[in-house]
Amino acid sequence: MVELALPKNSRVTRGRTFEAPPNAKHIKNFKIYRWSPDDDENPRLDTYKLDLDRVGPMVLDALIYIKNEIDPTLTFRRSCREGICGSCAMNIDGGNTLACLKPTADIKGAVAIYPLPHMPVIKDLVPDLSTAYAQLQSVQPWLQADSPPPPDAERPQSPGERAALDGMWECILCYCCTTSCPSYWWNGDKYLGPATLLAAYRWIADSRDENTGARLDALEDPFKLYRCHTIMNCTQTCPKGLNPAQAIAAIKQMLAERRS
Amino acid sequence: MVEQVKIMRSQLGRARGLGAARAGTEHWIAERVSAVALVPLSVWFIVSLLSLLGAEQRDVAAWVRHPFNAAMLLALILATFHHAQLGMQVVFEDYVHGPQRRTAIVLAVKGAALLLGLLAALAVAKLYLSPDFVAAPGTPTAPSP
Repeated sequence: MVELALPKNSRVTRGRTFEAPPNAKHIKNFKIYRWSPDDDENPRLDTYKLDLDRVGPMVLDALIYIKNEIDPTLTFRRSCREGICGSCAMNIDGGNTLACLKPTADIKGAVAIYPLPHMPVIKDLVPDLSTAYAQLQSVQPWLQADSPPPPDAERPQSPGERAALDGMWECILCYCCTTSCPSYWWNGDKYLGPATLLAAYRWIADSRDENTGARLDALEDPFKLYRCHTIMNCTQTCPKGLNPAQAIAAIKQMLAERRS
Repeated sequence: MVEQVKIMRSQLGRARGLGAARAGTEHWIAERVSAVALVPLSVWFIVSLLSLLGAEQRDVAAWVRHPFNAAMLLALILATFHHAQLGMQVVFEDYVHGPQRRTAIVLAVKGAALLLGLLAALAVAKLYLSPDFVAAPGTPTAPSP
């Protein structure tokens, strides 16, 4: 059955508090989920009181400040710091987003930061996304065509055909959407989740791809696809403003269409 | 602390699993078709019930004996229980894990829907096939006020 409460060893306990420097004027509390695989302790919520005058504007700036200046044991992923790599996806202030795109000033009160929900945790804010990555691989997100490309050029595409891919090629695979989806929480071992289904539809909708039927075949499954109940968390949380729910609806529509 | 590794199958192998069932679309379409059918059927049913408010049993029976009303009632029963069992199946598939337990519960839901639907249909059939109300000889009629 669905787990309504966290298992005993996952209950979050109160953690340590790191005080702000005495001359700080603008103090903001950052409450951050901590868990280490190296001891037997439960996860805890550490509080870092930061002087906002010394920290950059984004939540990622605060995390980097904490790691550099206060607590080097804090573990998180980050790379590009400009919303294109998808590494710093985490649950901030109750919603999944990219720490680098989330201004601290947008958050009222303390800033609560957790790893992406319902994924195994590797350490602190680093989730294990290997299942989700494998699911992406399983939909073969690359061009498949039997016709050879023109010998001296790329495969041509009309402006209209190219426009059909807008809203999908922008996905950076941060998995904010997939890990916000209750259907993925309950059946993530089988349900592919919004990010992977958006990636699948990106190739179904691509005029250059010739494997549309086989792609639809591979998705037509009560669990792989039809666990989507248009809850819409995916679309609401996407830090890139994309609409995975619409892509999933389009897949369902095509499956219905090919039977009518 | 160190747990014995139980699964060494690759993530991709697990993600592919048993492959796609090539099913689910019929269910998805049936959910929507039955929902659309229920809109006019429910409106008709509620309006009819309101018009029958306070009617005598014999008048209600006479109403059901009209073929159109009986057909509409049977259609309403079919659409309602079919839609309900489709929806409940999804709910239990979402929340109950383990193929055996899930199959058992889904079958129980479908069986219950079938049985309740048949009972409802039989009730309609009984009224539909009932003879016109004629007071049996010797039956005392209600005194007029």
